[in-house]
Amino acid sequence: MIKVTKLSKNYGSVEAVQSISFDLKDGEIVGFLGANGAGKTTTLKMITGYLVPSEGSIKVNDMDIIDDTHEIQKQIGYLPELNPLYTEMRVYEYLEFLAGIRKITGKFFKEALARVVEQCGLKGVVHKNISDCSKGYKQRIGLAAAMIHDPKILILDEPVTGLDPNQIVEIRKLIKSLGKEKLVFMSSHILQEIQATVDRIIIINNGKIVANGTSDELMGDFMGNVLLNMELKGASIESIEHIQAKLPSVKYISLNESKGIQSVQFEYGKNKDPREELFKYAVKNKWSILKMNPRTTNLEDIFRDLTMEGNKDV
Amino acid sequence: MFNIRIVLGREIQSFFNSPMAYIFLVIFAIVSGYFFTNTFFLFGQSDLRVLFDMIPLVYLFFIPAVSMGLIARENNIGTMETISTMPLNTYEFVIGKFLAGFCLIMLGLLATSIHFITLVSVGTNIDYGAIFSGYLGLALMGATFTSIGIYASSVTENQVVAFIVGVFIVLVFYMLDKTLVFAPQSIVGIIQFLAVDYHLSNISRGVIDSRNIIYFLSMIGFFIYLTIQTLEVRRWK
Repeated sequence: MIKVTKLSKNYGSVEAVQSISFDLKDGEIVGFLGANGAGKTTTLKMITGYLVPSEGSIKVNDMDIIDDTHEIQKQIGYLPELNPLYTEMRVYEYLEFLAGIRKITGKFFKEALARVVEQCGLKGVVHKNISDCSKGYKQRIGLAAAMIHDPKILILDEPVTGLDPNQIVEIRKLIKSLGKEKLVFMSSHILQEIQATVDRIIIINNGKIVANGTSDELMGDFMGNVLLNMELKGASIESIEHIQAKLPSVKYISLNESKGIQSVQFEYGKNKDPREELFKYAVKNKWSILKMNPRTTNLEDIFRDLTMEGNKDV
Repeated sequence: MFNIRIVLGREIQSFFNSPMAYIFLVIFAIVSGYFFTNTFFLFGQSDLRVLFDMIPLVYLFFIPAVSMGLIARENNIGTMETISTMPLNTYEFVIGKFLAGFCLIMLGLLATSIHFITLVSVGTNIDYGAIFSGYLGLALMGATFTSIGIYASSVTENQVVAFIVGVFIVLVFYMLDKTLVFAPQSIVGIIQFLAVDYHLSNISRGVIDSRNIIYFLSMIGFFIYLTIQTLEVRRWK
């Protein structure tokens, strides 16, 4: 379990992280979302003990990051943002080196190696030079390096950046399966990635936390009106424009007509779905409905709202 | 201790996985061999004096070249972050790196033993004591320069800058002895004590004095300490 309290980090006069607090529970996959430069990596670097916080505290299983750095580091597996590797080494040599520092040698190393090779799908490259591996394999080597000591906590900084869609799906699957028994804290600036993988999302903007919850919670909190796109045939312009008088829950927005097809946009509140009434109304007026497509606010909108708002403050 | 061995092992492995170590050893052997054999048969003296006088000059450039990448490269490619987030003490990391650089220098020195074999086979009346103390002096000097080189490597992430800084600091300590003529009488003693060459010449003469040994050991300790501090401070910035 990780408990972050009023954590701040200043680089000179730049306040990269400003008094953020959050808790991460065991067995949870948490996404840490923010635009580039929002303070994600700085926060992760402090949790892993690479940087010392300017203020505030980080407790991992009730140990303090400053007093028990090494004890905490023993429990954490960390994949840094740029996934640095000793490219002149062979894959197993590299993993052996990292395992050695973690006092996993001999028989125990062989077991650990077999485990991470299996989990990360490294079978074909174990004896290759790291420099000869593809980007996707390098990323998996980095992940294997973070997992060689079977840590309870995995901290992954942008684990899927630069991978192709197939590789992304694979890594996503791996992270999900790891999340069943470990606490996984992963950062990303790609929303779809986070949404597809995590249980909970923490959004950071300009060094401050602006949202914290499951994706449903965030949607509930931030969702506004629903935009309804319809395509109609045989509807008169007046009857569409005056729809609000008949159906008060529907608000008329705009209308385009081309080739006898009317494209209309309506808006309605998220708790008052008028689609059934609209349908009946259309039947009564002998309109043909070609398309009816409600577009709810998605996480992307929320993310944009939150991070743009923050930018305006600065 | 165990971690130092792991870091040392990886570094040596890495030296020999790249052409770096081979190039270094071959060039070191050629340069020292050329200067040695050039004059050895002319002088007709049964000692390695020429070799011992020349190796410090080779050291001036070779050791900063060997050690420039030791830490700067880790900073540059980012592996410093991986290392710093492992349960590994900074001193273990730095000492491991230092020993790796030192081992390579010692291998180079070992390659010059071919000249010793030549000497034994053609020379007469050889002073083995002087040869032993000569090698001891060169080993201590090599270790001192390596610790300076490693410090230079820790202050930057650019290997070329690390090399230049390394050569500069090494040169300062090497040249100090030569500036004595210009120095005021009152500080001549201090300057002389700081000069690497002064202590080396004592040892190569065959005088193994604890003062000289302490000088070398404290220089090594000082620069290793500086390196550790440089790396530690970075976390707090």
